[in-house]
Amino acid sequence: MLTAADDAALVRATARRQARSRYVAHAVLTLGVLVFAFPIWLTLVGSSHDANTIGRGDVPLWFGAQAITNYISAWTTGGSAVRTTGQVPAWLMLWNSLNMAVMIALGKIAISLLSAYAVVFFSFPGRMVAFWLIFITLMLPVEVRIIPTFEVMVNLGLINTMSGLVVPLIASATATLLFRQFFLTIPDEYVEAAKIDGAGPLRFFKDVVMPLSVTNIAALFVILFIYGWNQYLWPLLIVSDKDLETVVVGMSKMIGTSDSQNEWNIIMATAVLAMLPPVAVVVFMQRWFVKGLTETEK
Amino acid sequence: MATLTLSAVRKQFGSTQVLHGIDLDVADGEMIVVVGASGCGKSTLLRIVAGLETPSSGIVRIDGRDVTALEPADRDIAMVFQNYALYPHMSVFENMAYGLKIRGQAMPEIKRRVAEAAEMLEIGPLLDRKPRQLSGGQRQRVAMGRAVVREPKLFLFDEPLSNLDAKLRVQMRAEIRRLQKRLGVTSLFVTHDQVEAMTLGDRLVVMHAGRAAQVASPMEVWGRPADTYVAGFIGSPAMNFLQATLAGGGTAATLKAGPTIAFADGARPGADGTPLTIGIRPEHVTVSPDGLPLTVDLVEPLGSETVIHGRLPGNEVLVARLPIAASDIGAVLPLTLPASAFHVFDAAGVRMGG
Repeated sequence: MLTAADDAALVRATARRQARSRYVAHAVLTLGVLVFAFPIWLTLVGSSHDANTIGRGDVPLWFGAQAITNYISAWTTGGSAVRTTGQVPAWLMLWNSLNMAVMIALGKIAISLLSAYAVVFFSFPGRMVAFWLIFITLMLPVEVRIIPTFEVMVNLGLINTMSGLVVPLIASATATLLFRQFFLTIPDEYVEAAKIDGAGPLRFFKDVVMPLSVTNIAALFVILFIYGWNQYLWPLLIVSDKDLETVVVGMSKMIGTSDSQNEWNIIMATAVLAMLPPVAVVVFMQRWFVKGLTETEK
Repeated sequence: MATLTLSAVRKQFGSTQVLHGIDLDVADGEMIVVVGASGCGKSTLLRIVAGLETPSSGIVRIDGRDVTALEPADRDIAMVFQNYALYPHMSVFENMAYGLKIRGQAMPEIKRRVAEAAEMLEIGPLLDRKPRQLSGGQRQRVAMGRAVVREPKLFLFDEPLSNLDAKLRVQMRAEIRRLQKRLGVTSLFVTHDQVEAMTLGDRLVVMHAGRAAQVASPMEVWGRPADTYVAGFIGSPAMNFLQATLAGGGTAATLKAGPTIAFADGARPGADGTPLTIGIRPEHVTVSPDGLPLTVDLVEPLGSETVIHGRLPGNEVLVARLPIAASDIGAVLPLTLPASAFHVFDAAGVRMGG
């Protein structure tokens, strides 16, 4: 038999156990946050000192006084160091990156929505062949086909153009697959009801499929925007014109290999600026698609 | 306001024949219920009328016009689906208005028609809601509303009551019937539920394995089933089938259970000794002191009546629905099988005379 005293002891033990697991969870969480946040902290701090402080090899852990000067300099001129492509102001690089990322994301979504729609809702000869051809391209990373793609772009005269930068990155097997999987969950009855209502294929796409896909589109936009924003190899190859420099490539070019001193403060300020658009997209769109996900109804 | 005519409609999926030539004439304003077990082809038949499937051969006419090769949208029909198929992102109003909008109706006319249908179906206060904010019964009404606003020539119902709970189903059944009578729109209603079929239909089409086993009024189907399949399908509990042979020069049947009973409604053709099946509904069996002994093996009290399962001599299974209090298992009840309630079927299961 358990006495009241035993019960009290059990209650205390449970409370202790719960407290302990709470502390452990928080400790692990804090550690994780520190590991992830520390480099960003260093970048933020670094962008607020003058070039010499970092150049000396001292890594400060607290903010300096140069923040405003550094950011203005990075934004308007890209710093004073001589670089392979000359000085490109951060605003131009950010603008180029934004253009490229938005076009890649929207292009990928448009193409894959339409191709998934065709594969799921229409039956035509060669449908499965088309689907598997799209599927197979998943196995080829961009790097494998980069030389032939480059050659095609050269022949088309698209070197050093925004189209050359964006178009080869638009075809997307992943997004097509995701939309296909989603479309397969749309009940046949909607299609049939639409047929009886008299909605043609494009009307059905616009009035039913698109509105139902909004949350998927939002989720994919976030992923694809960041994918586009982070492109490095392809822009490096296709663009040599400094007016089309993207921020990810441009930043790496700011780190010189010559004897001249790197302007680490400007580089770090640019890095901070380069982080902002993806963060903004995630923060803004996340609210939207989490809302969509929790209200899902089919 | 229209008629519907099916002539020799067949459908094959690959090598599987689903419909073996269906002929049907539906009069203007008539409510036809297509009933059958799952897999009998009833949904395929409805989808062919809707234009969602093309028949392998045969002709579908609506109001005399051959629509076999027309798109669903061009047939002037409206359909209510089993899961309602309401577009989840549109409000009730938009759902009901969608078909009209596509047909290019003017907004005031759309509003008028939707308001009218909403009033009729008592869903007026729900017009701004999304389908997910509605209960099952309300969704059902909206689905009907969507069909009604179109003012079509033909209503098609694809088991629209299957997703409702039992009480609501009875209520909606009555409402559908009332609405259909009031609007007078020719309707085709598919169901697997014989009670729905009996209560809703002006006429029934009992489907069996891709054929229309019987097309007749509910009481005709119940009172004079065309074959043993229809006889067993309609009625609850199901009709009893007893083995027998023809006797007395075609005027009587000798039951395997023992007695020879004279037919109440004339002679059947055939030599004495021809095997027969005698059907008798459980509710027509009566208790009488000098009847056949039934050994009771299961008792189902229903309150006012009791369903008793048991065996007659010759190991023949019989179910009786009797207005008596529950009997004991193992007890022996004397039962009479009145000849006036006999349904006589030949060895192939087809009704013979009477």
